[in-house]
Amino acid sequence: MNPVVAQLTLRGLLGRRRILVLAALPALLLVFSLVLRLTVGADEELVEAIISGFALSTLLPLLALIAGTGAIGPEIDDGSIMYLMAKPVSRHLIVRSKLIVACGVVFAFGTFPMLVAGLLLTERSVDLVLGCCLGSVLAGTAYCALFLLLSVLTRNAVIAGLVYAVVWESIVGNFVPGAKTLSVLQWGLAFAEKVGGDQATRLGVESEVAPVTAGILLLVVTVGSTWYAGLRLRTLRLAGDE
Amino acid sequence: MSVLVLDRVSRWFGNVVAVNDVSMTIGPGITGLLGPNGAGKSTVINMLSGFLAPSSGTVTLNGDTIWRNEDVYRSVGLVPEREAMYDIVTGWEFVLANARLHGLADPGSAAARALATVDMVQAKDRAVRTYSKGMKQRVKVASALVHDPGVLLLDEPFNGMDPRQRLHLMNLLRTMAGEGRTVLFSSHILEEVERIADGIQVMVAGRHAASGDFREIRRLMTERPHQYTIRSSDDRALAAAVISDGSASGVSLRGAGPVSPSAGSEAELHVEATDFSAFVRALPHLARERGISLYDVSPADESLESVFSYLVAR
Repeated sequence: MNPVVAQLTLRGLLGRRRILVLAALPALLLVFSLVLRLTVGADEELVEAIISGFALSTLLPLLALIAGTGAIGPEIDDGSIMYLMAKPVSRHLIVRSKLIVACGVVFAFGTFPMLVAGLLLTERSVDLVLGCCLGSVLAGTAYCALFLLLSVLTRNAVIAGLVYAVVWESIVGNFVPGAKTLSVLQWGLAFAEKVGGDQATRLGVESEVAPVTAGILLLVVTVGSTWYAGLRLRTLRLAGDE
Repeated sequence: MSVLVLDRVSRWFGNVVAVNDVSMTIGPGITGLLGPNGAGKSTVINMLSGFLAPSSGTVTLNGDTIWRNEDVYRSVGLVPEREAMYDIVTGWEFVLANARLHGLADPGSAAARALATVDMVQAKDRAVRTYSKGMKQRVKVASALVHDPGVLLLDEPFNGMDPRQRLHLMNLLRTMAGEGRTVLFSSHILEEVERIADGIQVMVAGRHAASGDFREIRRLMTERPHQYTIRSSDDRALAAAVISDGSASGVSLRGAGPVSPSAGSEAELHVEATDFSAFVRALPHLARERGISLYDVSPADESLESVFSYLVAR
């Protein structure tokens, strides 16, 4: 990782009002979980609804979309990435550095609040909470790599990412058999199910994909997207150059 | 000593040819890349700085291909035309980040030296987003100089600078050229190039129109046919005198009616002078000898585009 690239990326991601956008959803998750704990008490059903249903399935892709596209998209759009690219620094290293920062932001604003919220909501299904956290780390990394690649490929990366996360994973995945197999979320859920064991089975947290397959697919998407983003960055043409 | 070479380079975007079969060699000293807007100057700079691949031909620095070669940036400093920078950081942080990205042994000293060179020490702790256009331009120059490059590429560097800053940058470029560096800057302003460039490359409509010593280009520009619009007390007699003198190749009378000194008079004489300096010396004498009063003498085609178009035709 190049620390200068990482530092500039982090400041860009958290600068101005973007940190408020990033913090809003996890804050909502934590406040909601705290209120439920104080009013309803520890409830296993809530773990499935709040942690698996909301934090992993909705919060994680959204955060990864903001962090993954925000790590490089604005710099490409306004051309300031030229200052990174006009240096004797490998374009692959630039992409890897930005990916690490994006993942760090997703873990900080997605996985960590998920862990805290899960521990607030349950005392018996801790394994499931930990499984969801592991799933969010793995799926979050793949999401970030994918959305970062989209930012290098297209100026409409946010829309393309939303189409994937909302239309493909949520809508198409529910109606087309087999579509769920090609879902980053399902790959993450495979690890939540595996680690959660009986708790996952009891609460209906399950994935269409086996953990081994999910692991291979996560690895392929993460490594492949990162490598290809670096390759495309080497031949990137900035807006206004034509 | 660094030498940039474009060898039969063309670059097209879809059906639009931005640069058409251009060959040029740029060595140590200051070279001005001159041409009107849309001439292809930025495309050439982008290819020289490795941000654009030539559609055909080769672009090299000291024999090494620039495209997809990140190592060339060890010896190249780039000042892009686009204004966007990392607005979230201060000027100091920006230049320091550039120094660290170059892997310099003492990035702090290099950044301080570069900021001092462009006279931005006092404002270095202000956020970049609060800078004026001229200040941003100077910080961009500092970031390009921070690793002490052998080649400096500047795309329209004087845009947004006030006259004092402009003079300062011109002196800086002269100093760098004096140290044996290769400095290439693009401009669409003739006077900017004339003031500092040792050599000149003229681009028009994607084509390489002229190159070489500025004085030679200036001579070509001076000796081109110049067109003048003249209003006088007797246009017809003056036209005859100018033609018989031999300093003009053609005259035409336009408008009718009595000629008067007032600006609203429609009658005027158009002259195409073959020899610019001979014509401007002869005209007052010819008029005085014939008792003709000159009310208005103005060049009709002094736009930069017309000058460039003439060079292309040559």
